[in-house]
Amino acid sequence: MSSKVRRKPRIAVFKFASCDGCQLSLLDAEDELLGVAAALDIAYFPEASRAMVKGPYDIGLVEGSITTHHDAERIQEVRRQCKTLIAIGACATAGGIQALRNWKDVDEFIRIVYATPKYINTLKLSTPVAEHVPVDFELRGCPINKHQLIELITATLAGRKPNVPTYSVCVECKRKGNVCIAVAQGVACLGPATQTGCGALCPSFDRGCYGCYGPMESPNTESLSNQFRILGQNNAEITRAFRGFNAWAWQFRKASEESERT
Amino acid sequence: MTERVNQYVLESRDFQQLLDALIKRGYQVLGPAVRDGAIVYDVVESLSDLPIGWTDEQETGRYRLRRRNDEALFGYVVGPQSWKKYLHPAEVRLLTAERSGRTFRILNNEPAPPRRAFLGVRACELAAIAVQDRVLEGDRYRDPIYAARREGIFIVAVNCTQAAPTCFCTSMGTGPRVRGAYDLALTELVGPGKHEFVIEAGSDAGAEVLAELAPSAASEALCREAEAAVERAASQIQRRLDTTGIRDLLYTNFDHLRWDNVAQRCLACANCTMVCPTCFCTTVEDVSDVTGTHAERWRKWDSCFSQNFSYIHGGSVRSSAKSRYRQWMTHKLASWIDQFGNSGCVGCGRCITWCPVGIDITEEVRAIRESPASSKESSHGKP
Ligand code: SF4
Ligand code: SF4
Ligand code: SF4
Ligand code: SF4
Repeated sequence: MSSKVRRKPRIAVFKFASCDGCQLSLLDAEDELLGVAAALDIAYFPEASRAMVKGPYDIGLVEGSITTHHDAERIQEVRRQCKTLIAIGACATAGGIQALRNWKDVDEFIRIVYATPKYINTLKLSTPVAEHVPVDFELRGCPINKHQLIELITATLAGRKPNVPTYSVCVECKRKGNVCIAVAQGVACLGPATQTGCGALCPSFDRGCYGCYGPMESPNTESLSNQFRILGQNNAEITRAFRGFNAWAWQFRKASEESERT
Repeated sequence: MTERVNQYVLESRDFQQLLDALIKRGYQVLGPAVRDGAIVYDVVESLSDLPIGWTDEQETGRYRLRRRNDEALFGYVVGPQSWKKYLHPAEVRLLTAERSGRTFRILNNEPAPPRRAFLGVRACELAAIAVQDRVLEGDRYRDPIYAARREGIFIVAVNCTQAAPTCFCTSMGTGPRVRGAYDLALTELVGPGKHEFVIEAGSDAGAEVLAELAPSAASEALCREAEAAVERAASQIQRRLDTTGIRDLLYTNFDHLRWDNVAQRCLACANCTMVCPTCFCTTVEDVSDVTGTHAERWRKWDSCFSQNFSYIHGGSVRSSAKSRYRQWMTHKLASWIDQFGNSGCVGCGRCITWCPVGIDITEEVRAIRESPASSKESSHGKP
């Protein structure tokens, strides 16, 4: 082959403990999918194709958190195989909703739930990928926003910085022209402490932000918790608010533990 | 009195004629409308689009719509949006580029903004537009996007006859009586058995529209009543921001402990800057499609509260919430004066109402003024 013919970059999609919603965002991006397929060689994507081309890969997307010994070993191998490793979704970037067990006794769950507990071999904690291997980029969200995913892939291919802002949901909420439901309706909204990415979806439908994209760049969870109290929330409710899809992200973790203690 | 010559009376039942006269002239009329629990700005075509009989209750971090016991059209104060929404929009596409072979073409086919009339511009808002005029087109650096949208705007101003507890236009010298460049100005008078407007023209375009409405001259008594109503709004205003020597006050107190105190409360969420009618900062985002043949450049509202806003090689200059709040307030009230010759704050109170934790710019100034200190002293002062 002549050296002029450049091989298309290879992309691989890996799954750990997760619901598949994030990788399906890629399939959901119908309008862009042909472009992606033209620009990239989808080398490994068990969810979508039979192709199982062996590594190494140029871009690896990792969905899911690390919850078993086997996961913990496999993620090392995945890292070795991928030039650029991108963690996608709340599970891969913060441990996901399954990280709620990090506050509980997992052995007790196993005893209650499984007929033969000895077959279950699990770690005590559900943890993000970055706690195990270096990650090049973390794309937040539960699930991720397909436009952000396409933007990230495009930017990676073009060698430019992706437009993935880290400021609050409020910025997008205001740009959209929404009336703030925290101020105008007294709704406890996590938007000021949450990174944007969804386009302020919930506040646009009169629901407070649930924090799907995890902590924003400089979250002041203490002040927001105080405000939630002013709006009539009790400590248990505040703990629950921070203990969602990104419960194990350290700033939210700290906030939920603080309101649990008080 | 001579100025009375220009004052006329418009009955509320004839108000539609004013809308019709503007629409007939090709204006898209933008004005107040009730939406999602607040009074926002939107397209207004008929009287029924206006917030008839609605008012607002405002305090720090809180806003509620309330019913009035009359049919007032402008019986509210200011809402979460400002005219900045139209003149300096939240998101604008600056350009589109297409690649063809080894070259690319810039496509610039953004449609021209429609001719617009703003209905219900308050005194503080008129002042805010003047502030943005100065920033965005009052210099050799002219923002063509703003200028194109600003040009030919027909302004129907409204004198405030009530104020919110968050208003402090009297401190900033901007209201509640409208001054400056408007085409028409209204004062609404509503009471038992009556509902009318004292109306006056402030420009030739305004006089032309007014002539078409053929209103009768306002009586001396009615004019006095209108003045008294505006006086009443002024006397309702309790909030104060003492601007004496404010520039030096803030410059010399850049290390005041109050900045740490406000940083404990501030969420760095940027709501204050988004709702402020004078804040103008933006970021530019380049986006391309995955095939690399189509690229766009967008301008979007940004804020000194976002970390990347002060990003320079090596990192963000203002990494703490403290430095970001200080930047915002000091720019608004002090360095704006050096830059543009006037204050960046018009006293509309939006940042106070729409701050999710109710941080109040007037309170922060007061706290610093009450215990001004040099930087050395302040680090040992009381919290
Ligand atoms: S509704 Fe929530 S996200 Fe939107 S501006 Fe208010 S606090 Fe922020
Ligand atoms: S600040 Fe003054 S001009 Fe503005 S709405 Fe309040 S009373 Fe009216
Ligand atoms: S700083 Fe606050 S009060 Fe002053 S103009 Fe801006 S939003 Fe209005
Ligand atoms: S002052 Fe209020 S609105 Fe402004 S960034 Fe801080 S918390 Fe948000």
